[in-house]
Amino acid sequence: MLKSAREEILVDLLQLLVAGVSLGCVYALVALGFVLIYKATETVNFAQGDLMMLGAFFALTAASPVMLNWPYWAAILFAIVCMAAVGMLTERVVLRPVLGQPAFTVVMITIGVGFVLRGLVTMVPGWGTDTHQIPTPFAADVWPVGGVVLPVQQLMVIGLTVALCMLLYLFFRFAKLGVAMQATSQNQLAAYYMGIPVRRVNMMIWGISAAVAAFAGLLLAPVTFVHSNMGYIGLKAFPAAVVGGFGSVPGAIVGGLIIGVVEALAGFYLPEGFKDVAAYVVVLVVLLVWPSGIFGETAKKKV
Amino acid sequence: MSFFKVDNIGIRFGGVVAVDGVSFEVNRGEVFTIIGPNGAGKTTIFNLVGLIYPATSGKIVFENREINAMAPHQVADLGIARTFQNIELFEHATVLQNLLIGRHRHRATAVWQELLFTPAVRRAELAAREAVEKVIDFLDLAKYRDNLVAGLPYGVRKVVELGRALATEPRLLLLDEPSSGLNPEETDDMAFWIEDIKKHLGVTVLMVEHDMNLVSRVSDRVLALNLGKVIAEGTPAEVQSHPAVIEAYLGKAA
Amino acid sequence: MRFIFKTDYAQDLRLARHGGHVFWYGLLMILLLAAPWWASEYVMSQLHFICIYSIVGFGLMMLTGFTGQVSLGHAAFLAVGAYTEALLQAQGLPFVVSISCAALFAGALGIIVGLPALRLKGIYLAIATLAFNVIVEEIIARWHSLTKGSEGMQVPPVNVMGYQLETDTQFYYLALLMTVLACLACVNLLRSPTGRAFVAIRDSEISASCMGVNLAKYKTMSFAFSAALTGIGGALYAHKIAFISPEQFTVFQSIELITIVILGGIGFLHGAVLGAAFIIVLPQLISIAKGWLPEGLAPSGLQAVVFGLILILFIIFEPLGLYGRWLKIRTYFELFPFYRRGMFKRQKSYMKSERVR
Repeated sequence: MLKSAREEILVDLLQLLVAGVSLGCVYALVALGFVLIYKATETVNFAQGDLMMLGAFFALTAASPVMLNWPYWAAILFAIVCMAAVGMLTERVVLRPVLGQPAFTVVMITIGVGFVLRGLVTMVPGWGTDTHQIPTPFAADVWPVGGVVLPVQQLMVIGLTVALCMLLYLFFRFAKLGVAMQATSQNQLAAYYMGIPVRRVNMMIWGISAAVAAFAGLLLAPVTFVHSNMGYIGLKAFPAAVVGGFGSVPGAIVGGLIIGVVEALAGFYLPEGFKDVAAYVVVLVVLLVWPSGIFGETAKKKV
Repeated sequence: MSFFKVDNIGIRFGGVVAVDGVSFEVNRGEVFTIIGPNGAGKTTIFNLVGLIYPATSGKIVFENREINAMAPHQVADLGIARTFQNIELFEHATVLQNLLIGRHRHRATAVWQELLFTPAVRRAELAAREAVEKVIDFLDLAKYRDNLVAGLPYGVRKVVELGRALATEPRLLLLDEPSSGLNPEETDDMAFWIEDIKKHLGVTVLMVEHDMNLVSRVSDRVLALNLGKVIAEGTPAEVQSHPAVIEAYLGKAA
Repeated sequence: MRFIFKTDYAQDLRLARHGGHVFWYGLLMILLLAAPWWASEYVMSQLHFICIYSIVGFGLMMLTGFTGQVSLGHAAFLAVGAYTEALLQAQGLPFVVSISCAALFAGALGIIVGLPALRLKGIYLAIATLAFNVIVEEIIARWHSLTKGSEGMQVPPVNVMGYQLETDTQFYYLALLMTVLACLACVNLLRSPTGRAFVAIRDSEISASCMGVNLAKYKTMSFAFSAALTGIGGALYAHKIAFISPEQFTVFQSIELITIVILGGIGFLHGAVLGAAFIIVLPQLISIAKGWLPEGLAPSGLQAVVFGLILILFIIFEPLGLYGRWLKIRTYFELFPFYRRGMFKRQKSYMKSERVR
C-alpha cells in the first residue's frame, strides 16, 4: 500500500527518534555512571567507556555458547557483580593514593586506567581483538506499530534504562549514601569530621558506577558488538554530561538522550561524516553559549 | 576633585542584599578604615571596588573616572592594588617572582622583543628587579627572596601579599584584614608598615580591619558598617564611641 | 655542595646560572652536534623524533605546565602544521615560507580555540579541546580536494632555498636547530613579564587580574604560542614520516602528547625533552618485552597496558615526573649526606571542591 510522502517522513522520523533515544539511553547510562563519580569525588573518569567495554566482555564470557553458556539474565548479573568489584578495586588501588591531588592529575590517571583495561582485554585469550556477539533473546524481533516498524531491541533498551534509573533514584533518595556523597564531594575534610567514611563512600560509588557501565555495555552490545575498542563510544558521554549540566544526574540522562537523537537525525538528514562529529559540535556550541548546561550549577569562589 | 569616592553602591546575591546604598569618600594620602561585625559586607565592598563582583547599583569613582564597568586588570593599571583576605599568592613561584608580577603594569616590552630577549627587555628586567628589591628592603623579605611561597609560614605570606601589592606602585592600596592571623609582634610590624606606606610612600590606604588597636593606631578616618549599611563615619575615637557602633558589636543594653 | 655567590641582578637573568650549567649543556650540545658520527642510523631516526616531539612538548608545556590550561586536543594543531607544510612544500615554496605559514595557521587556530576557552576552566576546557580535535580531524578527512582525505598525502623532502634536504643528517641538523630555537624562545618568554603572567594565571587567576594581567590577552597568547610551536613540530613531523593522513592526528595522539608533558615533569621545560625521549624509547622497550610474554597472551595489547601502567605509576609515585626525579637525585648528591626525603614532599591535601574555583 502506497504511503503519502508526509506519512513517509513521519514514519522515518519516528523510527529515527526511537533509534536515537535508544542509543541515547546507552550514552545516558555511561554519562550517568561518570556523573556519579564526579558528584562524589569530582573526578572525571575517562575510563568510563572502557569499564563499559569490560562489562560487556564479562557478559560475553558468561553468555557465550563457546564459554560459560549461562542464560542471559545470569550473564547480566555476572557482569554487574564483576564490574562492581572491578570498580571498587580500581578506586582502592589507583584512585585512593591520589586523593586530594588536583583534578587534572586524577583525570590523567583515569586515562591510564582506560589504556590498561583496553590492553588487558586484548591480551586475554578468547577475548583478544576479535569482535564477538552476545546472544540476546530478542535481537531480531520487531514490533509493528501502525505503519512504523520498531525493533524490540531498542524498546527494551529504553525500558531497561528507565527501570534502572528508577532504581537508582529510589536508592539515592532513601539511602544515607546520597547525602554522604554530596558531603564528600564538596569538602572532604569536613565530611571526615562528620564521621562519614569518605574512602568507603568513594569506593562504593565507583562500584555502583562501574556496575551501571556494565549495564550500558550490555545494552550496547547488540548494536556495536563486543570488541576492545567499544569504549570509544564512552567519549560521547562527556558531551552528554556537559549538555545536561555537569554534576547533575537527571542532566546526564537528558543530555545522553539529546546527543543520541541529534546523532540519529544527523546521520539521516546531513551528509556523510556529520554523524560522527555531531556530538562534538553540540558540546562545543553548548560550552560556548551555555556552559552550565541544562541542569548544571555554577558557583563563585569567595575571596 | 575627589580622590576616591564610592557613591550609593549596592549588590545583591539573589535575595540577599549584601551591600545596601553605601557611600563614602577617601581623601588622598589618608588611611581610611572600614570596620564592622562579621557579615557586614566589608570584604564585599572590597570585591566591588576591585571589580570582582559587579555592583547592582551605584558607582565607584577614582580620580573623576568611573571604574564600575572596567575589568580588574584595567583597575590595576589605574593604580589601585589590593591584598586578599584569604591570601591569593602564586603558590608555585618564589617570593621574588610573586613580587615581580606586581610590576606587570609597568612592563614596557612587547612579546616579540621578549621572545628574542633584546637588550631593551634586559634593561626592563633589571629595572623591575631594582624596584622589587626596594619593596623587599622595605618589608624585610630578603631572606625569603628565593623561597617558594608554598613552603612559607602564614605571617610571611601576608607580608608577601602586601609586598606584591606595593610592587605595583599603587596610588590607592586596598588592604583586606591585614592583621588577621598575625601574632602581636607581626601586627605591630604591620602597623609600622602601614604608617610608613602613608608617610614615606605617599600611598592612600583603604583598609578593612577587625583589630581595634590597629585601627585606632593607624587610621585617619573610620567607617562603620553593619548589615550592608553605613552606621557611623568619623575619626577612630568618634566611631568607637558611637552608640550605633557599640550596639552593632555588643548589642543593646537590656 | 655548590654555593652561588651573587654580585648583581644580571646574574639572576643569565640562562646558565653557574659553570656547571655551561659545562654540561655544552657537552650535550657537542654530543648532539656530533651525533651523525657516533650514532647509528636507527638512533639517528629516534633523535629526529625526539627533536620533533620536544618542540611539541615545549609548546604544550607552556600552555598546560606554565599557564595551567589543559588541552586534550593538541594533535589538531599538529595536523594543521603538518598539512600546511605538506601543501605549501608541494607547491614548491621555500621552507622558510612554508614553516612560517604552518606556525601562523596553527597559531591562528590556537587563537580561535583560545577565545572561547577564556570562559572555560579545567574539565570543560579539556572537553572543548577534545571536541575541537575530533572536529578538525573530521574536516581534514572530509576535505578531499585539499587534503586527499583518508587516503593520505605524500610529503616531499624539505626544500630550503631551492636545495632539497635529502639525507637524514641534513634533516637532523634542521630539526636540532628548530628545537634549540624553540627552547630559547620558551626560556626567554619565561624570564620576562609575559612568562610571569602565564605562571600567575596558572596559580591564581583572580589575583593575576588584580595585578594587571589581562587574562583574555594572555590566555589567548599562550594558546597561540603553544599552537604555533606545535604547528612547527607538525611540519617537521610531516617531512619525517613523508606520508600523512587524518588517522595520525586523533584524540589518542593528543593524549600521547599530554603524557609526554606529564611523564617529563609538568612545570619544567626540561620535562618536555625528557618526556619526548621516554615516549620515543618506550615502544622499542615494549617490543623487546613482547618476546618474554608467555604463550597464549596476545602481545598486541602490551603497549597499551604498559603505557597506561607507567602513566598511573608516575602520577601516583612521581608526580613531578622524570625531571622531578632527576632533581631529587641531583639534590641528594649535592647535599650529601644532608638530603632529607621530606624536602620534596607534597603536603597532604584534602580535596576541596574545584567547582567553586
